[in-house]
Amino acid sequence: MQRIGVFVCWCGSNIAATVDVEAVAEALSHEPGVVFSANYQYMCSEAGQNLIKDAIRDHQLTGVVICSCSPRMHEQTFRKTAAAAGLNPYMVEIANIREQCSWIHKDKAAGTEKAIILGRAAVAKVHLNAPLVAGESPVTKRALVIGGGIAGIQTALDIADAGFEVDIVEKEPTIGGKMTQLDKTFPTLDCAACILTPKMVDCAQDERIHIYAYSEVEKVEGFVGNFTVTIKKKARFVDETKCTGCGLCTEKCPQKKVPNLFNLGLDTRRAIYIPFAQAVPKVATIDADYCNMLKNGKCGVCAKVCTAGAIDYKQTDQHIEEKYGAIVVATGYNPIKLDSFEEYAYAQSPDVVTSLEFERLTNAAGPTGGTLLRPSDGKHPHTIVFVQCVGSRDTSGCGKPYCSKICCMYTAKHAMLTRDKYPDTEVYVFYIDVRTPGKNFDEFYRRAVEEYGVHYIKGMVGKVAPQADGTLMVQASDLISNEQLHISADMVVLAAAIEPDKSARPLATMLTASMDTNDFFTEAHPKLRPVESPTAGIFLSGACQGPKDIPETVAQAGAAASKVIGLLSKNKLTGNPCVARSDEMLCNGCSSCEKVCPYGAISYEDKEFRMPNRTVAIRRVAKVNPAVCQGCGACTVACPSGAMDLLGFSNRQIMAEVDAICK
Amino acid sequence: MQVNEGFKPTIVAFCCNWCSYAGADLAGTNRLQYPADVKIIRVPCSCRVNPLFILRAFQRGADGVILCGCHPGDCHYTTGNYYARRRMTLLFSMLDYLGIERERTRVEWVSAAEGVKFAATMNDFVSTVTALGENKRLEDLRCKAN
Amino acid sequence: MQSQLIERAKALLADGTVDRVLGWKAGEFAYDMTPALFSSAQELDEGFAYDAFCGANLSKYLVKESRKGGRVLAFLKPCDTYSMNQLLKEHRILRENVYLIGVPCQGKTDVETLRALGITSITAARQEGEDLVVETLYGQRRIPLAEAMAERCKACKGKKHMIYDERIGEEGELENPDRFGQVAALEAMSSEERFAFWRGELSRCIRCNACRNVCPACTCEQCVFDNPASGVDNKAAATSFEENMFHIIRAFHVAGRCTDCGECSRVCPQRIPLHLLNRKFIKDINTFYGEYQAGEEAEGRTPLTAYTEGDVEPSVVYTKGGND
Repeated sequence: MQRIGVFVCWCGSNIAATVDVEAVAEALSHEPGVVFSANYQYMCSEAGQNLIKDAIRDHQLTGVVICSCSPRMHEQTFRKTAAAAGLNPYMVEIANIREQCSWIHKDKAAGTEKAIILGRAAVAKVHLNAPLVAGESPVTKRALVIGGGIAGIQTALDIADAGFEVDIVEKEPTIGGKMTQLDKTFPTLDCAACILTPKMVDCAQDERIHIYAYSEVEKVEGFVGNFTVTIKKKARFVDETKCTGCGLCTEKCPQKKVPNLFNLGLDTRRAIYIPFAQAVPKVATIDADYCNMLKNGKCGVCAKVCTAGAIDYKQTDQHIEEKYGAIVVATGYNPIKLDSFEEYAYAQSPDVVTSLEFERLTNAAGPTGGTLLRPSDGKHPHTIVFVQCVGSRDTSGCGKPYCSKICCMYTAKHAMLTRDKYPDTEVYVFYIDVRTPGKNFDEFYRRAVEEYGVHYIKGMVGKVAPQADGTLMVQASDLISNEQLHISADMVVLAAAIEPDKSARPLATMLTASMDTNDFFTEAHPKLRPVESPTAGIFLSGACQGPKDIPETVAQAGAAASKVIGLLSKNKLTGNPCVARSDEMLCNGCSSCEKVCPYGAISYEDKEFRMPNRTVAIRRVAKVNPAVCQGCGACTVACPSGAMDLLGFSNRQIMAEVDAICK
Repeated sequence: MQVNEGFKPTIVAFCCNWCSYAGADLAGTNRLQYPADVKIIRVPCSCRVNPLFILRAFQRGADGVILCGCHPGDCHYTTGNYYARRRMTLLFSMLDYLGIERERTRVEWVSAAEGVKFAATMNDFVSTVTALGENKRLEDLRCKAN
Repeated sequence: MQSQLIERAKALLADGTVDRVLGWKAGEFAYDMTPALFSSAQELDEGFAYDAFCGANLSKYLVKESRKGGRVLAFLKPCDTYSMNQLLKEHRILRENVYLIGVPCQGKTDVETLRALGITSITAARQEGEDLVVETLYGQRRIPLAEAMAERCKACKGKKHMIYDERIGEEGELENPDRFGQVAALEAMSSEERFAFWRGELSRCIRCNACRNVCPACTCEQCVFDNPASGVDNKAAATSFEENMFHIIRAFHVAGRCTDCGECSRVCPQRIPLHLLNRKFIKDINTFYGEYQAGEEAEGRTPLTAYTEGDVEPSVVYTKGGND
């Protein structure tokens, strides 16, 4: 039997005015197990806390009930008070007789009666409380950033700047991501490479940052503070430690007909390549799908010309195991495939391009050297039609239901730059809405319309039809003047919706991080914890969490880094002791609990049980990792046998409260 | 609605710690009145509420049981209230199927900012249950005798 | 058919594929066909039976049998395979330790159904074409099988096996019977009428636990009703509340996992239509969350361990069925 002390607070007149505190203390003193009952003006004051401490010592209390304000207000205070007097802090329960009683009831008799019932429920609960100790686990002071675009780069730089080791895993041969393919950036029009490549170099030079380029995450085990990750370093058939990046091999390779993916297939490259001049690491990679030597053993030119002896045709995939305390997902986005949008003739005409292709066609390092030329005949286009929302805000099922957020601004940028460089070109933009909520965004868009004379037309393009003369007939409707338009264009640029990278879904499974129906990673809280995944120790950076432009991405990357730094700067993690626990004697191993756990805190093991007649049975039973469990209790109800229970809010405790209230 | 004079129902309200319990606190802070018949039990999440608890409450003499949680999409634990929603939908439907007055059970989503909604919900629920009168169909007479 | 099953079982015993066989054998009377284990050809010859009374679903027995070492052969009727899949989904059966033979089924009868048709003192029964031929002390009775079938078989989900290692007989077809007519009729009643109906039914419960013990979804290591620490344990239903409570919780615990095999109603000595509780949940699940058949697959989530953001609100209950 517990020895329980009850402490009824007046809260000045806040409680005492509508609840007879003396009557409450008196009534509760007769409850079973209650050996001490007192009331005091301000229980949270130092004097009040001393009253509690003294009573714990003098009466050898094993449980404490405080009838006071909301536990959201002072539960922590009173837990600390109890701990100071040598009582386990989880032996304290609060009966909320202020916010949920004295403040809402004018009738003193009713308020007093209710306060007694609430106190009784708390006493009934304390009877079943058990001392709880928060678990501790060590923290590996190293972070992993998955994805080496601007989001991953910024996160890694910020973490390294705080003094922690950080690894970047990038699936492409170089870090840099989508931003390396952009020409200028809105709304300031500075060149993407000029602001990005210095950061890439910083990553390469920072000794706390290790870049695993051309690598993928293969397996993730463990939990917050203690992840073990297997990284697959794909064979690039070039020894990274020897290659100097001189590029001689990429000039001598006889296989010239390889689509250049960096330029989105708008031109070709060799079978051995460096994606672009500022690549980090600046190391050549052999494309095994095209290399004659790897395919049929006939060639070997690159090995002959390489003075560093870096070419290694026998190289194989390497598997590296590393330990991390925190993992940041920065897997970014891709434009959607436009196969299901036949009306825009993307597959039929080379002059119908995506906006990202348009970036390459205007980039000085692109296939046209920065001069805007039609892909079909290399001539200067005189009429360009931009189509927005291609697959965005699309509920037809072909595209995505969400707004891709960046298209309005980059389309304004494309239109403005085209008019600036080629004033003889007519530029039309078809839009559903123009969305420009950002610093200097609307001003930017208005300049495109007002100063550069871009024709913005509210309406959707119905069809793009390639004509015999090489032009494109654009049929569209102008919703404002309510008329059908037919525009003979030289080029059509499609602002394709963006979607999370395809690697995100399998990665989410490995990380037990949740995703929404669009495969964007879910935040721990949409407003208050926007850079954390619900799974502890997993953080989100950039467009993997939702469509974002560069400034927002960098801001989120920094925020994710600061959360990681906060985690890594701890030597030990103290868990919430109110976690789920499975009684293995009752567990069926049915996996229901695991399915509803949002944190991946539950795993299974085959365990031997001694059975009657000296036999042994092996049963599959659930185990909760207390460092990962956040204590929601979803599993406790999913469990049919009642094996799963929640410490601090156990089935018996809640039923005891129910009984006390209903009595 | 007909009012049962003199009948004071026993109402158990399960409130999730992060939204609805905070909403109840806000109702208190704003001094919004609702009948003292409502007694709140704090749970971490609406998904912690086992159908057994609800039946237990009726067994021990509750006249109405209400479960309050974060709005769908706002769960502190991301998904808890989605599971609670399915469980309670099916449970309430089953109680109704057995002829237990369906107005005695309710789920309401109340955010931490919705003190007004909390108080209004409780006022409405208490008057509904008061009009129904004592719970006769799912009571345990042995518990009443004590 | 029976001899075909025996021959196949003997062959599998002989070649070492399995070391025992789970099937049916006659009990004291011809009509109480009982699940039984056989470990030799001789035992099979002496006892194994498969006829119109072999309604018992053998899948639940594999929870224990698959953990005993060796490999056990089990014969599963089409509807039993749903339970099998569901148990595999819940990791209750070790797949590698069982060998499953799908057996055909034209529908089963039971002694209670025959008694209701006025046939008593049964000594034997056999199937002849579409008819059931029953030998009784008062002579032979021949009735169409469709008439003699147990209630649950009239709402058969189909003759297709969901899982097997080998199948005897042709592959069957799925059927789409109306299983929810009675549930809908109850829903259409007033709350008072429903209450009266269920009190009439559930008050007859003697808490023999037969429904729980036979249910292939009820395989808990320890049932909450038997666990003194659960806070809800009780052995006998002392009050109307406890009668309700046991059946509500049992139905809820199997909701989304119940394959609608109908064993609960078959074994109830009080003839309480317990399947109408389970079917209510199945009907609601189908209506609210989309068609779902437990045991169709051996993997995946059940409706209660899944959700969608747009699920109906519990208030849907106030707006449907009943008229008060």
